Amino acid sequence: MSKQTDIQKKGTKKAGKIRMIKLAPYIFTAPFVIYFLLFFIYPITDTIKTSMSQQVGFAPPKFSGFANYKLLIDDYFIMATQNSAIYTFFTCLILIPLPLLLAVLLDSKFVVRSELFKSALFIPALTSVVMAGLFFKYAFSSNPNALMNAFVGVFGIPPQGWLEKRTTTWIVLVLFCVWKWLGVNIVYYLSALQMVSKDLYEAAMIDGATAWERFIHITVPGVKPTIIYVLTISIYGGFSMFAEAFTLFNSARTPGDIGATIVSYIYAQGFNRNNFGIASAAGIVLLAGVLIINIIQLRITDPVGKNND
Amino acid sequence: MNKKKIGLTVLATLIIAIFAVIALMPFFFLFISSFKPGSEMIRNGLQFKFDFENYSLVNYGLINTERDGIYKKWYVNSIVIMILQVGTGLFFSSLVGYGLAKYRFKGRNTMFILVLMVMMVPVEILILPLYKEINALKLIDTYAGVILPFIVPATGIFFFRQFASGLPTEIMESGRIDGCGEFGIFFKLMMPIMLPAYGAMTILLAMGSWNSMVWPMIVLRTSEMQTLPIGLQSLLTPYGNNYDLLLSGAVMSVLPILIIFLLNQKTFIAGMAAGSVKG
Repeated sequence: MSKQTDIQKKGTKKAGKIRMIKLAPYIFTAPFVIYFLLFFIYPITDTIKTSMSQQVGFAPPKFSGFANYKLLIDDYFIMATQNSAIYTFFTCLILIPLPLLLAVLLDSKFVVRSELFKSALFIPALTSVVMAGLFFKYAFSSNPNALMNAFVGVFGIPPQGWLEKRTTTWIVLVLFCVWKWLGVNIVYYLSALQMVSKDLYEAAMIDGATAWERFIHITVPGVKPTIIYVLTISIYGGFSMFAEAFTLFNSARTPGDIGATIVSYIYAQGFNRNNFGIASAAGIVLLAGVLIINIIQLRITDPVGKNND
Repeated sequence: MNKKKIGLTVLATLIIAIFAVIALMPFFFLFISSFKPGSEMIRNGLQFKFDFENYSLVNYGLINTERDGIYKKWYVNSIVIMILQVGTGLFFSSLVGYGLAKYRFKGRNTMFILVLMVMMVPVEILILPLYKEINALKLIDTYAGVILPFIVPATGIFFFRQFASGLPTEIMESGRIDGCGEFGIFFKLMMPIMLPAYGAMTILLAMGSWNSMVWPMIVLRTSEMQTLPIGLQSLLTPYGNNYDLLLSGAVMSVLPILIIFLLNQKTFIAGMAAGSVKG
């Protein structure tokens, strides 16, 4: 009798355990679900709602359809979008190939004390944007003796008011971004390079392939997943850029909107002008753009993976 | 070593060295400038000119004296927020990442796609509704208001999932045979194995928290509650301008993160890379 209850007990205990194994993943992942609903879904639905309503004074908001989206298409928003797009394009253009070339160099055994250089190159990523912004603002000062003007002077270029014109502001912002993220991307590429089979290089050497041919036909395909990863984070970073421009100009608004970005537009419309409707519409436009890029990226890389178990 | 090899070594090292010098240049110039009156930098920009006889530690004295040591309050705020944010972030994201990696359950793939989605959407898009939400919760100007919207960091989930996927499932099996509950397995068996991942994520989250500017700027309204980046930024505005403290303060604000990095370079660089490779 006692033996039987023992078996029964064991049975229910086992069943309880199995139930627990089934239940456990839901408890483990519950924090994300709660977080997702409260700080992702709710804010996004709220943004959609706000983007479609109009608030005048203290009256409750009224539904206004796509009126805010129509108001969005003004010079300021177009400036901001153009700036963000150009900034993103040029940062990608530099921050994808350059760190790869430098990583190959660092990995090549030709560089003396490469560990030291890796650390040095990585340090910019640790700095706050305020400190870095301080440097870029005053290194690119319009003073003819300031660092950058002195530097371009060597090539016979006259002193510039770097942060007073749109094109030169782009240059400053792109250099700022390259300076900050170059080392991080090098680290990504370096770890990817370790995964590329050394045998391939040896075989290519025997076949008489040049260094450039080896780079194009072995290295680049070998690190392709990392290239795509770097491209994605660069696009993400490019379109969400705000803090850099904010520290350079001390404000979300800049004279002539030369330093305006999509996010600074959202910030300025929302917090400086209380145009929550228009700001939200801009947020939704940006969100749509980012989601399209993500879907394309997910299609290409398939991070969930069919053979991931 | 033949001549060609020596030539290549010199050339490659030189190229890398140039980039390394550019990388470190801002630190050098701001450090040098922090011993001179801030007004000089504002007026003339940063220049390649060193007049060491005019250097003084006056700016560093302001850290203690300016507005009853407001700078030290910013420092404390930054540290407290960093500790809270890193602690909660590590705890929740490792829990979720582990759950996603080590169990098969309905909705697992969907949830992982949602994690990727959160990772990919710039928080900056959501600053307005998040502000309204935090305002409704009466958390404006509090530490909790700064931390709450980032309490379950998606990058952390992704990172821990990748890491836990590579761990042997046999450990869980043997834990179950030994009578460990599912949570016992996580806290007693898996957590210790995941220490390198915790190490890397700590530095990553700490860095993000220490340097974050936009969101704290929106939530923290009074000067006493502000963190270093926004406090320093406020010194640049026409109202609070104190360029002398700005310089010494900026230099002092990079020190802790720099020291942490220099002590843990290997863990840090390895950890950072681990998250990216299998994207």
